[in-house]
Amino acid sequence: MSTTEADADRATEAAGEREATAQLSTAPGEDKLNVPSLGPLGWARWFWRQLTSMRVALILLFLLSLGAIPGSVIPQTPVDALKVERFREEHTTLAPIYDKLQLFDVYTSVWFSAIYILLFISLIGCIVPRTWQFVGQLRSRPPRAPRRLERMPVYTTWRTEADPEQVLGAARSLLKRRRFRTHQDGDGGSRTDAVASEKGYLREVGNLLFHIALIVLLLAFASGQLFKSEGRKLIVQGDGFSNVLTQYDDFQSGSLFTADMLDPFAFRLKKFHATYEESGPNKGTPRDYRADVAYSEGASGKEKNATIRVNHPLEIGSSKVYLIANGYAPQVTVKDGKGNIAYRGPVPFLQQDNNQTSSGVVKVTDYVNAKGRKDQLGFQGFFVPDFQPGSGTMFSQSPSLKNPAMFLTAYHGNLGVDGGPAQNVYQLNTENMTKFKDKDGDPFAKKLTPGDTMTLPNGAGSLHFDGVKQWANFQVSHQVGNDWALGGALAAIGGLAGSLFIQRRRVWVRAYAADDGRTVVEMAGLGRSESARLPDELASLATEMQDAAPVATAAPAQTSDPADTADPAEAPEGAGQ
Amino acid sequence: MNLLAADPNEQLAQISNYLIYSAMAVYVLAFFAYIAEWTFGSRSKVGRTAAALTKQPTAEEAVPAPGSGVSVQVKKEGGGTAVLEKPAPPKIVTRSSAGRRGDLPDGPGAAAGDEQGDMYGRIAVSLTVLAFLLHFAGVLTRSLSVQRAPWGNMYEFSTAFSMVAVGAYLGFLLAKKSIRWIGLPLVTTVLLDLGLAVTVLYTDSDQLVPALHSYWLWIHVSLAIICGALLYLGFVGSALYLFRDAYESHLLAGRKPGKLRTSIMERLPSAASLDKFAYRINATVFPFWTFTIVAGAIWAGDAWGRYWGWDPKEVWSFITWVAYACYLHARATAGWKGRKAAYLALLAFACFLFNYYGVNIFFNGKHSYAGV
Repeated sequence: MSTTEADADRATEAAGEREATAQLSTAPGEDKLNVPSLGPLGWARWFWRQLTSMRVALILLFLLSLGAIPGSVIPQTPVDALKVERFREEHTTLAPIYDKLQLFDVYTSVWFSAIYILLFISLIGCIVPRTWQFVGQLRSRPPRAPRRLERMPVYTTWRTEADPEQVLGAARSLLKRRRFRTHQDGDGGSRTDAVASEKGYLREVGNLLFHIALIVLLLAFASGQLFKSEGRKLIVQGDGFSNVLTQYDDFQSGSLFTADMLDPFAFRLKKFHATYEESGPNKGTPRDYRADVAYSEGASGKEKNATIRVNHPLEIGSSKVYLIANGYAPQVTVKDGKGNIAYRGPVPFLQQDNNQTSSGVVKVTDYVNAKGRKDQLGFQGFFVPDFQPGSGTMFSQSPSLKNPAMFLTAYHGNLGVDGGPAQNVYQLNTENMTKFKDKDGDPFAKKLTPGDTMTLPNGAGSLHFDGVKQWANFQVSHQVGNDWALGGALAAIGGLAGSLFIQRRRVWVRAYAADDGRTVVEMAGLGRSESARLPDELASLATEMQDAAPVATAAPAQTSDPADTADPAEAPEGAGQ
Repeated sequence: MNLLAADPNEQLAQISNYLIYSAMAVYVLAFFAYIAEWTFGSRSKVGRTAAALTKQPTAEEAVPAPGSGVSVQVKKEGGGTAVLEKPAPPKIVTRSSAGRRGDLPDGPGAAAGDEQGDMYGRIAVSLTVLAFLLHFAGVLTRSLSVQRAPWGNMYEFSTAFSMVAVGAYLGFLLAKKSIRWIGLPLVTTVLLDLGLAVTVLYTDSDQLVPALHSYWLWIHVSLAIICGALLYLGFVGSALYLFRDAYESHLLAGRKPGKLRTSIMERLPSAASLDKFAYRINATVFPFWTFTIVAGAIWAGDAWGRYWGWDPKEVWSFITWVAYACYLHARATAGWKGRKAAYLALLAFACFLFNYYGVNIFFNGKHSYAGV
């Protein structure tokens, strides 16, 4: 063999091997950084190539996780607006900088959006060509067998008395039975005739499915953010709520939400149950909350009963009603200076500690004093469900309603509710109010238990503590795209499992007549990654092949001279057990 | 599942505590046995890697010539008769795409073929099994004492976490994987984890707050524990890979590493094997970790009115997910595979750890049931 012939030979061999390994994966190739020669089109193409390269995708992924970190450290407006306010007050120099960098809204900020939008463009730019490539592969035949099978990662050979045509036919039906895609070149008449086969296409299907599912997930999440609405309503036992904007205590919505998207329904809080740990180190820890409600759908639907618990929201139409908080509402009757009832009803107090020590205010706007002059009353104070006089503190000893008591301080003057900015119903603005004074000139305050009356000095009226009701706070969420998000997430997991657990591999079987009249059978396997399972699989295939092509008896092939290869030095020796 | 508060059975809870303490005591014994295995197993079989590497430059013989690889004998499935009729099972020749170092042999393990070392190793494994049984019983009685899933607070999470890690290790041993090399680092960290659990994180056995009354507790949290424990094994693999890889590069550069380093590194699996081990674990766990997050999102949808709300725990599980996605992509990308990818794997696990300890302790989110 002359050198040129050998070179040419080697070149064709290399080409054959390249073809055999080609496109076992459709992963993007890593182009070297090629600075384009000229022109805006060139630059655009260069930019697009960079963006869709795996390296840039990796960097973007990394940036995405880095960019998510500040959102967990710095308070976020959509998560906890109050905390953001507090942070602004405490950090007067830092807050404006954070504001500029949108660090209070990391996940909707321009820069975070830029990262994930680029990432998804990169993703699309990657999976579209991959899909075409894959479709092309599915439509074409499995790659031709390389000329020298013994160079493949997994290889076996033996000699048999069966003729090549038979062997190839058997190989083809065996591989088909094992659900390989097969293609036969020739029928054994020539040395290059072989069966080519490939299996594990689901790996790429899984891979594509995973990435497409991520896009679906992102779109579902985005539409959910745009169309969502979420409102809260505090309801005292016995009261009701109907789902219109004005009834909410506080309401948030996405930018494409419109009020007519609210589902028409109404519900009433019939009874609220709370169970607390009664003993042990975790005494007072809540164990179960339950809200019995009656609800009706539409404008005049029938009333139905339901129970809302934590983890078990009530679904009405496309809205869900969640139980998020609860507390006590002391019921009071306030009489004015003339002895007429100026206010009557439950007043929700807000929880201050884990034992339901709650604070609240009673605002009486429609009031006349002893002289018949118009005035306003305000009571500020605490409610404790379990007051223990011996404990030495005013704090509640447990969250259960065992020994309720209320401590109130009385004010009169201008509540400030008739004009000016909206104010918090749970706080008293005492700017324009004065405390009632007792005979000694001390602020007038009193501890009340249900049934007690607080008589204001100088005939200014009275407050009677009628009893205690419970209230519950509900969140009504209307969400869009949840099913798509869930579907996308599950498809992503399925795709991921396919792309990580399925091996794509190729198996070739060649059979040709040797000089001694017998047939040489060669089998080789190639996987995308070095898989421990591929040798096992080839062995199992070979074992089955030997039914159709039994090893020739007294054949020297098995151990010493396995194949009639061109170069004995490179022949497999079966060594290294 | 018993939703309504059952009073915790104090006696069972006490037994559980004793069992955990006993498990710790036995883990300490196992720890010493592993140390003994490493100490007494140091005599033989040193220098295999160097020998394998020095053969390298003479290209012809070094790279396993085609065919000089391993030959695998395969048992035929389905009935012994078929095997008997066969003249001989086919010989399969495998040929690895030899990297720059060819196919380095795996180290012989801590015992290094030394009989005494091996005996200590076996003792260590037996002790680990015993400790695991105690550990398991401890977690089980804790669960029985409150009749709920034993992972309602950080103490319970930590004990279950290390239990699963040890269980996975023993499972690998049972499946005849050569993984005894991970025994010493594993038992050391399990002791640390349990020590932290019983001292800092300890919470008395009790019922759960209403937000945790859900069957998702069984699915979401148990998966998080299993994923974490397995990812930890992968993490150890990646960390050791970095050491071993540095050692191999050192040898390849023709330098002579110190005696102690040689002694330890020679007994570890080759860098390629360690890398493969870490990759297989991480890749296998990744879909499950994804499902953990999805399950958490579904639960959040039921409990908090939104499936994703950027709560610190959610943010960090997302970061962890992206970090592992980075690792998986990096490993398939030229220029990133190898050491860089391994660093990413370490970083990803660090994110997981931070998500567990850091977020529970430093951040005040919706996942604060830690009881710390």
